[in-house]
This record gives sequence, structure tokens and C-alpha cells, in this order.
Amino acid sequence: MSEAFMSGLMGLTAGFAALQWSHVAMMIIGGILLYLGIKKDCEPLLLVPIGFGCILINIPLAGLMEKEGFLRIIYDAGIITELFPLLIFVGIGAMTDFGPVLENPYTFLLGAAGQFGIFLTLLIALALDFPYKDAVTIGIIGACDGPTVIYVASKYAQHLLGPVSVAAYSYMALVPVLQPPIMRMLTTKKERETVMKTHKKTVSKITKILFPIVITVVGGLIAPMGLPLLATIMLGNLMKESGVVSRLAKAAENEIANVVTLLLGLCIGATMSGPVFMQKTTLIILVLGLVAICLDTVFGVLFGKALYYMTGGKVNPLIGAAGISAFPMSARVVQKEGQKYNKKSFLLMHAMGANAGGQVGSVMAAAVMLSVLKGMGVI
Amino acid sequence: MDKWTFGLTMLVVGMGGTIVTLMIFSLIMSALKKVFPYRAGQDD
Repeated sequence: MSEAFMSGLMGLTAGFAALQWSHVAMMIIGGILLYLGIKKDCEPLLLVPIGFGCILINIPLAGLMEKEGFLRIIYDAGIITELFPLLIFVGIGAMTDFGPVLENPYTFLLGAAGQFGIFLTLLIALALDFPYKDAVTIGIIGACDGPTVIYVASKYAQHLLGPVSVAAYSYMALVPVLQPPIMRMLTTKKERETVMKTHKKTVSKITKILFPIVITVVGGLIAPMGLPLLATIMLGNLMKESGVVSRLAKAAENEIANVVTLLLGLCIGATMSGPVFMQKTTLIILVLGLVAICLDTVFGVLFGKALYYMTGGKVNPLIGAAGISAFPMSARVVQKEGQKYNKKSFLLMHAMGANAGGQVGSVMAAAVMLSVLKGMGVI
Repeated sequence: MDKWTFGLTMLVVGMGGTIVTLMIFSLIMSALKKVFPYRAGQDD
């Protein structure tokens, strides 16, 4: 009888007995993510499920990520199959107005300059002896685009999914803190004060409808390996711009995006198990992610500066900082920074153009990268 | 293939490919805007 009692009690204390310091540390990190999401309003839609998922997975013996565990089922269904990031992209496409980039198509180039960080960080990761596919996955944090990062990680380096996703989303939330010092450091006061002309509306409805179709076909032909990323974002945008399937467009940007965001967040959290996450590699990845996003901003602003000189001072170089994919946060940062130096300067629409260009640029950079890898026989 | 050949190829071909692709997008969209110009009233 007493033995049965003891065995029963052992069952109730086994969880505590299996608890390691790394589990506790990760629970604290999960708590910090929840705090940032709930109290500081930093990407709460993602940080709340990620933080909670992180706490869940670090409770020993629950087996949530073991075969038949509920998180494992969701993970296998949506991450292994790459379905979640692609569904999110349909929603992003339906939410994004590419009008500003179509008003000034040259801003696509700012979107390209904002991707330098991806490739330079890849080089740094290689220098630090990361394997090729891991280096590619780390570099892609510089896309500053959560679903792209998750897509590439789930395809080529699933063991890095947790750290790269956390890095991507955390740094996206930190764009208002990270970008302004770099913008100030690389531009003169005179450049920052530049007033840009506001354009009248010049994009026809048919151009807006043709945009996602043409980009999908041309982009798909150039970089077929990234077609799923490009096609899903453009499908969402086509639904929005066509105006005839508003129910589908609304479902994509609301119900589908919300459900998938919840499941995606939980799955990312579920990859943050203490013994796996608490490694030196994670810290290096977090630092490299920061480097990637800073380099994106540096090259974006430098390209903006080049445009400033090429156009005889008609382009405010600050808009180059918006050539990353953190949409529309980065454009708002540019507007705020421009206003600080010249109250008559309204950069928002130009920055939105660069930002929408950055959205396409990040997807294209990932697509090109995957196609080059395929061409080289690495994947 | 050593890591530097790999990395530099990715930098040159990858970044170059991204820039060229977005330049093509930019040209195509400029051309489409000319072919289908905005007309107030019709496109609102």
C-alpha cells in the first residue's frame, strides 16, 4: 500500500525532478516574450503565442512535441509542409497596398538595396564556420520578413527555426530603435531636410491588377525556387486589387491570417526547448540577425544617398532606410525622422513606396537565393 | 567548392540577381503605367 502511495506521489513530482536549469531559463525567456507582447505591444500577435509555446515546451514530460503530441501535429502539418508561412503570405498580399511603389517604380531599387544585409551576413556566417544551408538561413534574417525566414528555415535548417524566427520578429519590432541612429550617422542635416515632391495619383486600376500577375510570371521565370513565396503574396494582392473576391481577400487578411498566426506562433515557441535553444549558436544567430538588419539599413540609406546626388537633391536619402520588408513600420520611422529635421517634409508616401519595394525585394532576394543554391547544386 | 567561392558567388549572383530582377520589375511597371494610364473618374 505504501509503495503504491509512493509511486503515485512520484508521478506528481516527476515533472519537477526532470526540470533542468535550461528549461527554467527558457520559461523566463517565454515570460519576457509575453511581457514584450502584452505590456510593450511589440508584435503581440506573434510574441504572445510564441512566448506561451516556449513556456509549454519547457514543461518536462508533457510530450507536446513528441509523436502524437498536439504541438507536433500542428508543427508537422504547417511547418514541415511550409504551409503556414505561405498562407500568411496570402494574407500579407491581401493587406498590402503596392500603390506607392507603383507610383514611383524606381523605389523597387531601394527595395533591392535593402537586401544587402542578407548576403553579407551569409558571408559572415560562413566565416564563422556555419554549414552552407545554416548560413543561408541565418542570412535570410536580413530579409526582415518573418514568413520568408520561416519558409527558408523550415525547408533547409529546421533546427534553426526557433532562433531565426525569434531574431526576425524581435528585430522587426525593434526597427524604430535600430534604424534612426544609422540614418543620422550616414546622412547630413541638409540631406535629411530634403523635401520630396508629392505625386498625384497616377496608377490605373488595370495596372494594379496586372502587377501581381506580371510579377508572378516574370519573377517565377527568373527564380522558380521561390515561386511559392512570390505567388502566394501576389495571389493575395490580386484578390484585393481585382475587387471581385472581397470575401476571399477579407478571409485571407483576417480569418486565415489570424488562425495561421496563432498556430505558427505556437510552433515557433515549440522549437524553443531549453536543451536545444540554450546554446552558444543561438546567441551568435541573434547577433548575426542584428547585424543583417543594420546592414540592410546601411545599404538602403547609402543607395538613397546615391539617388540624392544622381537626382540633384530631389530624393531624400532617408527613404532608403524603408527599403526593408518591415512594412509599414519602417516607412513610419522614415516619416518621423524626416519631420524632425523639416516640418514641411512629408516622406510617408515615398517611404511607403520603398517599403512596399522592400516587401517584394525580400521575397525576390529569397527566391533568387534559393534558385542560385539550386543552380549550384547545394539544395 | 570551398566556402569563400560559395559565399562570393551567393553575394555576386544572389545580390546581383535581386537587383536586376527588381530593375526589370521597375521597368515593366513603368511601361504598364504608360500603356494603361490613370484616368480620373474611370479608375476611382
